[in-house]
Amino acid sequence: MAQPKIDPTQVPGWGVDADPKNDPTYPMKRRNDGEHAGYSWDRPTQQPATVEILHSNERPNLSAVFGTASPPVALSGMIRRLAFKYSESSYAHWLPLMLADRINEVEGVVHDLSQGRVPNFFAERGGKAQWKHSPDRMLGRLLIGAFVVSAAVGYFTAPKSEEDLDQMEDDSSRSVTSRCPRNVHHAVAHFQE
Amino acid sequence: MLAMNYRGPKRVRIDNKQLPEILHPQDAIVRVTRSCICGSDLHLYNGSVPDTRVGMTFGHEFTGVVEQIGSQVQKIKVGDKVLVPFNIACGKCVFCQQELYGNCHESNPEATAVGGIYGYSHTAGGYNGGQAEYVRVPYADVGPSVIPDWMHPDDAVLMTDVVPTGYQAAEMGGIRKGDTVVVFGAGPIGIMAARCAWLFGARRVIVIDYVDYRLDFARKYAPCEAYDFRSLEDPVVFIKRTTDWMGADVCIDAVGAEAAGSALQTLLGRKLLLQGGSATALHWAINAVKKGGIVSIVGVYGPIDTLIPIGNVVSKGLTLRGNQASVKRLLPRLIEHVRTGVLNPKALITHHVPLEEVSDAYRIFSDKLDGCIKTVLIPPSSRN
Repeated sequence: MAQPKIDPTQVPGWGVDADPKNDPTYPMKRRNDGEHAGYSWDRPTQQPATVEILHSNERPNLSAVFGTASPPVALSGMIRRLAFKYSESSYAHWLPLMLADRINEVEGVVHDLSQGRVPNFFAERGGKAQWKHSPDRMLGRLLIGAFVVSAAVGYFTAPKSEEDLDQMEDDSSRSVTSRCPRNVHHAVAHFQE
Repeated sequence: MLAMNYRGPKRVRIDNKQLPEILHPQDAIVRVTRSCICGSDLHLYNGSVPDTRVGMTFGHEFTGVVEQIGSQVQKIKVGDKVLVPFNIACGKCVFCQQELYGNCHESNPEATAVGGIYGYSHTAGGYNGGQAEYVRVPYADVGPSVIPDWMHPDDAVLMTDVVPTGYQAAEMGGIRKGDTVVVFGAGPIGIMAARCAWLFGARRVIVIDYVDYRLDFARKYAPCEAYDFRSLEDPVVFIKRTTDWMGADVCIDAVGAEAAGSALQTLLGRKLLLQGGSATALHWAINAVKKGGIVSIVGVYGPIDTLIPIGNVVSKGLTLRGNQASVKRLLPRLIEHVRTGVLNPKALITHHVPLEEVSDAYRIFSDKLDGCIKTVLIPPSSRN
């Protein structure tokens, strides 16, 4: 089990950066205690906000520069705006953002379709590479997916058993018990007898 | 221009997008020559980083040629070949002034816990990244460094994240000569962290993972001992036993949110996304390090709570150190290590892939197919 030990002195560069002063907190930063003066430094020029930018409520402003990649849109955008009312310390901030991300994915598909483009899920998911390098894993995933979908479809569409159908017929003739759980139904039927 | 386009979890494609523009007088526009897929991109790819919006372009490890500069840019000029650190830093705030370039306060309005990062969701500032033909580079006088003439382009692109992050992982461990260092994760960062642990004087370096070809690679590249945790009854007990029951002096978490090895962590962190990732590696690191030891964390986790044995941190008197690498601070030393041959970053690259095949490249990297360690995307203009 144990592998042969390596002689450190034979490793190129061994010890060249050894620094006995490297205790925790050093050299992670060159301390100047500038934080004690608060948010008072000479800020860079402010980038103008040409699109909607949400900012954390743990700071008073936009940072001097920011990205403009994907401004908030549609339903996901509404959820994101709501999320930014809460601090980074709150689940009410992060969980709605995760929800918005999932909704945004659907919005992306709708947007593609509205542009006359049908998303190629196989290609986008790197299906060609997976088929080339790992066909077994791909087939396994397809089989699991097919099984789950079949099971779900079967569960929701399969006809009831004959006994259950008879039971439903009885239930419909006794409106008072028609929506009761099975054991309650029996109790009520016994009382009626 | 061609650019990677995120469409939802595990769905990315190449699209034509608008060219980036100068939006700030300290901006530059860079024509990308190389961009990598990083292990932390997989957290975005898998949909586990909040506020990852459809339409974004990922990519925080890239090199390129300066095509255009804003009116206030003075230190780089059009035509310069540059490597661009993954952190966006203003150079003026109190954090940048203290060389905490990964913690800039003037580059990300959307979260205070993290500075701006290229192509890393709106939680990291909402910037499009470098997996494209062109990219906007803010604070162009601060971040980008001109690539030395002698440096290989593949080395240069790995200086934007992999090498500094691996090096800082070892540095944050406060390694003393004679220490035993355990690195969890044999991805590019973990392998580089193991390599760099020697530079700080480690006596013994051990890597723990479960992907055989990566363990083999780590053994040769770092070089180090490398073990498959599936072959160990319990990796924590193994580390205790092999350190004469003391525990490692330093443990490094170079895995982060996608860790395998615990059904509970996988369920909560990767499947249900109810915590900031699967913290199996960090859990092991905390339990495998010696009393009074140091756990260095460079694995990336999401911003919500994550299940770790914090009681053991207290009871064992541990020091946890973590940060995004301060690339700009480390670059001079690391460039010197590459020049002298102490570090050979480009040996990590196993795949050069045309940018147009970004969907397949993500799948290969994500599923660890075809012996993949590190993937570099090459835009059409840089392939000749």
